[in-house]
Amino acid sequence: MADIATSEVLHFEDVSLRFDQTPALDHVSFAMSAGETRVVFGAAGSGKTMILKTALGLQKVDSGRVILFGEDVTNFKESALYPIRSKVGVLFQEGGLFDSLTIAENVAYPLLNQQARRNGDGPLSEADVDNRVLQTLNFVELGSTLEKFPSELSGGMRRRVGIARAVVTEPPLVLYDSPTAGLDPITANLIIHLIIKERDSRNTAAILVTHRYQDGHLMANFRYNPDSGQIEPAREAQGLGSVKTKFLVMNEGRLVFDGSEAELRASQDAYVRKFVKY
Amino acid sequence: MAARAFRNIFRTPHYADDIFIQMDVIGVGSLPIVILIGFFSGIIMGLQMGRALTTYGAQGQIGMIVSISLVREFGPVLTALLVAGRNASGIASELGSMKVTEQIDAMRALGTDPIQKLVTPRLIAMMFVLPLLTVIADFIGLFGGALIAYGLLNMTWAEYWSTAWRALIYQDLAQGLIKPFLFAIIISLVGCLYGMRTTGGTQGVGLATTKAVVISSIWIFVITSFIDPLFFT
Repeated sequence: MADIATSEVLHFEDVSLRFDQTPALDHVSFAMSAGETRVVFGAAGSGKTMILKTALGLQKVDSGRVILFGEDVTNFKESALYPIRSKVGVLFQEGGLFDSLTIAENVAYPLLNQQARRNGDGPLSEADVDNRVLQTLNFVELGSTLEKFPSELSGGMRRRVGIARAVVTEPPLVLYDSPTAGLDPITANLIIHLIIKERDSRNTAAILVTHRYQDGHLMANFRYNPDSGQIEPAREAQGLGSVKTKFLVMNEGRLVFDGSEAELRASQDAYVRKFVKY
Repeated sequence: MAARAFRNIFRTPHYADDIFIQMDVIGVGSLPIVILIGFFSGIIMGLQMGRALTTYGAQGQIGMIVSISLVREFGPVLTALLVAGRNASGIASELGSMKVTEQIDAMRALGTDPIQKLVTPRLIAMMFVLPLLTVIADFIGLFGGALIAYGLLNMTWAEYWSTAWRALIYQDLAQGLIKPFLFAIIISLVGCLYGMRTTGGTQGVGLATTKAVVISSIWIFVITSFIDPLFFT
């Protein structure tokens, strides 16, 4: 077994998973450290979403190990997973917003269900919860939608609410499953800008599953500048720091590429090159 | 899932609000149709049995036949079939929609056990309200039978209610209450099971809904076939 670095937030070690005879994940191995970003490309059904679900323990693996924040969660019981899941925010592909709850209740849900588990503190006061919810909805520029229901919002707005719910507890790792799928380019860019802003404001680790090369390119090359409040090209000389972004490419459950953007662009693999578009 | 749902009855957290909401949805929501069908079953039973009993000059026994048939069999079975059609489908479609829109995964990711939050409240609510609905259906059915006895068979109200009440023994009441309790377990768990196992988008939700109604209806007849011989005296 390889040594697990203490700064690693997620480590997949030879993970395999099959549905009937179809491999969903086929001997997948990779690791990511705190503050790093992973952009996952792949065709539909290639196993991108399954990486996120196995990382969270929502899907059990057939073999291999999943190590989350230094703990081997591969065989954790459901109840044992709740405390460690509270360190992970997630935006689901379908949104996953509770349609019977208002936007404010949706965003408050992790605060009411996870915070006590993570900190070992008592429950937050009602005023604290309301403040955090409003603050987080303002972050995604939806502070005026508190009393609305998800069905009253557009697709892009629902994704932004999903981001707010994913980050309201300030988790050190956030998983984004196809956050820009099916959105117009303007809304898609707004979503990616919000994700970059969230990542750089708190230096969180992030995994972004997407089909769009532009999303990965922005994640790898742009940073949020708190002084200007804008997303700007990352240049260490300007004091914005470097972006630690790597790209993964999935094909039929196999991880066929793991490297930097420059390596991705230089790849001669025909399948990998399909995801490099300008 | 069934074992976890029962175990959760005694574990925290308890979602009391969800239990009351489900009691309202299942109990109050099903009340009009249960009253309607109970009433007409009593009338139909009174008419058909009255016709047969008149042949032997025994129409005075109509109260006994209606009460025994309703309390032992038709009340519990008809009520359960109605509730299965209305609520097993409702539960399966609601949970199925939540499954395909990843709300159940979101619930797990956000620190909530979906069995505790979604299944156990429906199980508790159904176990509580289905026996009550059955008692109401029995009483309304007896009233329907009374209208036939009074209007067509020339009996007095007192004669009818006296024969109906005296015909019932402890075992009839026990059978009439045990059955809906077991039916409640089947209807709620089958609805939840098919809902939680839904795959394949909206088409899958439709399929889960159909399966939940068909399977729970079949189980209602299977269970009643096993219970009846135990009380056959």
